Amino acid sequence: MNAPAYNFAYLDEQTKRMIRRAILKAIAIPGYQVPFASREMPMPYGWGTGGVQVTAAILGPQDVLKVIDQGSDDTTNAISIRKFFAKTAGVATTTATDVATVIQTRHRIPETTLHENQVLVYQVPIPEPLRFLEPRETETRRMHALAEYGLMHVKLYEDIARFGHIATAYAYPVKVNARYVMDPSPTPKFDNPKMDNCAALQLFGAGREKRIYAIPPYTQVVSLDFEDHPFEPYRFNAPCALCGAENSYLDEIVTDDKGGRMFVCSDTDYCEGRQAAGHHGSLSAAPYKEKAGSHG
Amino acid sequence: MVDQDFVDQDLADLDRLENDQPLLVAGSLSKSYGRIAACRDVSFALYPGEVLAIVGESGSGKSTLLQMLSGQLTPSAGHVSYRMRDGVTRDLTTLGEAERRFLFRTDWGYVHQDPAQGLRMAVSAGANVGERLMAVGWNHYGRIRDTASDWLGRVEIDVARIDDAPRTYSGGMRQRLQIARNLVTEPRLVFMDEPTGGLDVSVQARLLDLLRSLVAELHLAVIIVTHDLAVARLLSHRVMVMKGGRVIETGLTDQVLDDPREPYTQLLVSSILPP
Repeated sequence: MNAPAYNFAYLDEQTKRMIRRAILKAIAIPGYQVPFASREMPMPYGWGTGGVQVTAAILGPQDVLKVIDQGSDDTTNAISIRKFFAKTAGVATTTATDVATVIQTRHRIPETTLHENQVLVYQVPIPEPLRFLEPRETETRRMHALAEYGLMHVKLYEDIARFGHIATAYAYPVKVNARYVMDPSPTPKFDNPKMDNCAALQLFGAGREKRIYAIPPYTQVVSLDFEDHPFEPYRFNAPCALCGAENSYLDEIVTDDKGGRMFVCSDTDYCEGRQAAGHHGSLSAAPYKEKAGSHG
Repeated sequence: MVDQDFVDQDLADLDRLENDQPLLVAGSLSKSYGRIAACRDVSFALYPGEVLAIVGESGSGKSTLLQMLSGQLTPSAGHVSYRMRDGVTRDLTTLGEAERRFLFRTDWGYVHQDPAQGLRMAVSAGANVGERLMAVGWNHYGRIRDTASDWLGRVEIDVARIDDAPRTYSGGMRQRLQIARNLVTEPRLVFMDEPTGGLDVSVQARLLDLLRSLVAELHLAVIIVTHDLAVARLLSHRVMVMKGGRVIETGLTDQVLDDPREPYTQLLVSSILPP
């Protein structure tokens, strides 16, 4: 064997070709889950092995990479993956949404509107939207093939019967291009409308389940619902405590053990951008200054 | 101006024509597994609104026959044809999978012996009944729920239990729920595989009573497989007796059960304890 010790972006070229073929097929059939020969990656399943493989296959030396985890650029998962590609591919990395060309994400879609020169790569734990309704994979594949999606509505029916409204808050099923029902990965349903007619290419990689699927740019994505219980994105009824944003997705942060809490943007880049532009929320601190004698 | 009498006459003629043509025709159906012939040369025609019982002991080929008739098993020889809702008679083997599955959840019903096979045990009764409606594109929660409660009432299940999962139901209730789930799309033909198996006698009697009234009310055609001659006598118009994969005797229920000709049928009938 005389395989080179190093290859750009970790995976060898044959593996990348295999993944690219799966991606091309996925783009050609929007929402369809394409099987691929998922590789072992130097990270545990559930940490984004699918997303990392898709990113590795599409990354070029000129790309600028952004990695987010729950909207944040500075959590362990996001930092590790960003460092991984900085080291194995030497690409430029960023936290700014609008300058990135490839954005790998776990559980969020950035608040900033994506544009045509961007690719959004999702990390997917469970690609099969019918998984917990129909346990047989042979049967769910057949149901996809024949577009038999009555069962998906059974789940929504159960929600309404039990809670009085559609209580599914994340991984909310969507129909892509009026054909395939797809699991949008565990993004909050707040993000579902952003997938519809999106200018960027959206790729979904599930490493453990060995599936890749895609939404090409400007594709119709409709969230499933009932006529009398229409789809509604959910958001905490509060402005961001740091930047005052009224229309971003919020995280709830418990601040003490007496019921204190604050709501802040889950998209850190968006929040920082707004604060830099002079927006303030109720709890935004003044810029930190070293106080004389504070340690005395 | 069209004469109303003529129109009525025409409609009546059309109705009669509808009922005059068989709904399902089986021609020389056979199924063999290697050297074992599970079912040999079975032919019959079933008309709309007719209840046909297939009786015989275990291993006589009843269930194999039912599976072939309902398109779940490909026959080794012979054919099954069915008159679709648009009036066209089609051979089941020529139907695509999508068409067959559509037929199965709209114009047909299938009542399993074990309700756990025919129901989704983990989702509520309402969703179980509503699933077929949602599968044919119903998209209004309120209407689906109203139809589901209506059907629960018709099969004598307390509507207050609409949000309970069938695993909290008794055996008899599960079986009735399964029937409601099948009848909600108003099928014309229902297959039943030992629908009263495993139920105690009083629950059986109630279920049979319910089935008999629903069948008459909805003008259902039914093919019911049973080893219980009492079920056949109560529900069916015609009986087919099977033994070793062959139909050995067929005729009107009363005629076959009161005056059996074949020695095997005589044995079957005489093996029932006199009341």
